[in-house]
Amino acid sequence: MTKEHWKSLLLSAILFLVFLGVWFVATQPKESAQQTAAQDEYAALMGKGAVKATGFPPPQEIGKAIVTHLSDPFKDNGPNDKGIAIQLGHSLARVGIGFALAILLALPLGFIIGMSPLLYRALDPFIQVLKPISPLAWMPLALYTIKDSNLSGIFVIFICSVWPMLINTAFGVANVRRDWLNVARTLEVRPVRKALMVILPAAAPTILTGMRISMGIAWLVIVAAEMLVGGTGIGYFVWNEWNNLALPNVIFAILVIGLVGMILDRCFAGLQRLVSYTE
Amino acid sequence: MAFLQVENLAKAYPGNDAPVFEKVNFTLEKGEFVCIIGHSGCGKTTILNALAGLETASGGNITMDGREVAGPGLDRGVVFQSHALMPWLTVIDNVKFGVRSRWPEWSKVEVEAQATKYLEMVGLGAALHKKPAMLSGGMKQRVGIARAFAIQPKMLLLDEPFGALDALTRGTIQDELLKIVQATAQTVFMITHDVDEAILLSDRILLMSNGPRARIAEIVEVTLPRSRTRHDMHHDPRFYRIRNHLVDFLVSRSKDPKPAGQLHPPVVRPGEDEPAEPPLAA
Ligand SMILES: Nc1ncnc2c1ncn2[C@@H]1O[C@H](COP(=O)(O)OP(=O)(O)OP(=O)(O)O)[C@@H](O)[C@H]1O
Ligand SMILES: [Mg+2]
Repeated sequence: MTKEHWKSLLLSAILFLVFLGVWFVATQPKESAQQTAAQDEYAALMGKGAVKATGFPPPQEIGKAIVTHLSDPFKDNGPNDKGIAIQLGHSLARVGIGFALAILLALPLGFIIGMSPLLYRALDPFIQVLKPISPLAWMPLALYTIKDSNLSGIFVIFICSVWPMLINTAFGVANVRRDWLNVARTLEVRPVRKALMVILPAAAPTILTGMRISMGIAWLVIVAAEMLVGGTGIGYFVWNEWNNLALPNVIFAILVIGLVGMILDRCFAGLQRLVSYTE
Repeated sequence: MAFLQVENLAKAYPGNDAPVFEKVNFTLEKGEFVCIIGHSGCGKTTILNALAGLETASGGNITMDGREVAGPGLDRGVVFQSHALMPWLTVIDNVKFGVRSRWPEWSKVEVEAQATKYLEMVGLGAALHKKPAMLSGGMKQRVGIARAFAIQPKMLLLDEPFGALDALTRGTIQDELLKIVQATAQTVFMITHDVDEAILLSDRILLMSNGPRARIAEIVEVTLPRSRTRHDMHHDPRFYRIRNHLVDFLVSRSKDPKPAGQLHPPVVRPGEDEPAEPPLAA
């Protein structure tokens, strides 16, 4: 690593510590909150046990939550007490299946649209209208027609992933350099071989950019979708802990969502690097 | 009948009343090297693309080896002006892509051997596994040449293959091309803007008048011995006569084409016919 790297890393660490410090100070119990014995009694009477913290939790609470959750990530004690790994697994499975279905549709269709200027223009208005619709807006329709909350979640992921992939694939395929196509033509390359050996590698960087965008959106959407349909998944976990007013758990889940999202994005960045080329 | 016969070729783009060129007639014999020279925009690339089958002319016809040219094919190898290498493939894979298209039944080893042979021929034996992005402009152009040669086409079409190269590199690659062409007796049709390059490489040079309605105004026979080299060509008085003739055409005569109605352009041999002139300072 270069010196610059170390510097930026050090700065990151300092910023993080400052953040923790400010957080710690800001969430110190206030003087007035040092409750009198009478107030304690009152609170106990009203059924608000000491377990339910009031106010924003300090960082050490989050630390405790992290340790608790990570010590038993695979526990499964009924619908409202599943380990974080189990919940993440459900979310990732939904995203994975919806995303895979989107690839199965978007890649071939994008190829066809990209190769045919006529189809490109004919389908463009539909894509333009469908693209900006929030994927969650499909949820009622999905629930009504599919009648299965799990499948509806997958459908929502599918529908939000499909547009960036479709658009980028079509764009990438339509904009393959004329020269390369001419090379293929003069070499009498058969259509399938041309698609796989010339057009696909030429358009791959654009296609993968679309996939990376899709994955980013899918990961945003899955949390909201699971909050809506409930049952399992990281989104449901957040919703459930919010209903329990267990804010440390909610913050823990937020951290996990961010980390997993970052890892997914890094994976696609790696794939992008694999297929990228410099002219 | 000549190997390649171009008759009354014309190209008009819809919307433009005057065709870019018309009544273009010329022939190529087997093993002949022919260059075409003309001002920018007169339609040279369009003619070459029509020969390659990449573009359809709006009139006239092209026959090669007794068959009408109707589309692109493996019997014609094209070296594109922009080299058109696929950047995601290594140098040898670019060439192998062509070889495999030409002989799908060949084994891996045979394909590899053919590609290596032609890359070594253009002096790139050490760069087989590099990506095109890591090569210089001249090296990329040589890969393009190897790819076109390796499919052993009946005719080679080169569109200003050295246009983007500096004079020094250009000279080296010209020498290489000359060697390969002399060794393989390849039929070549080439576009160039460089008068010296045309004289060095060609048997005949087609001079194209300016567009619109461009024509082949004249065909110049290069009467230097075929064994000419870049080095000793300059000592031959015929070289200067031909060169002056070409430059003279480009500077002053390309604007007014020969009167219409004349089907075949006149053939001139400025190296022999004209009285000796004092050579220009080169
Ligand atoms: N799609 C098009 N529509 C209309 N005119 C065109 C089109 N493509 C090319 N032309 C015209 O055809 C003419 C010939 O083009 P071409 O590329 O063959 O020229 P060229 O002789 O190869 O020029 P250069 O030496 O600059 O490469 C040009 O004048 C150009 O304006
Ligand atoms: Mg041109």
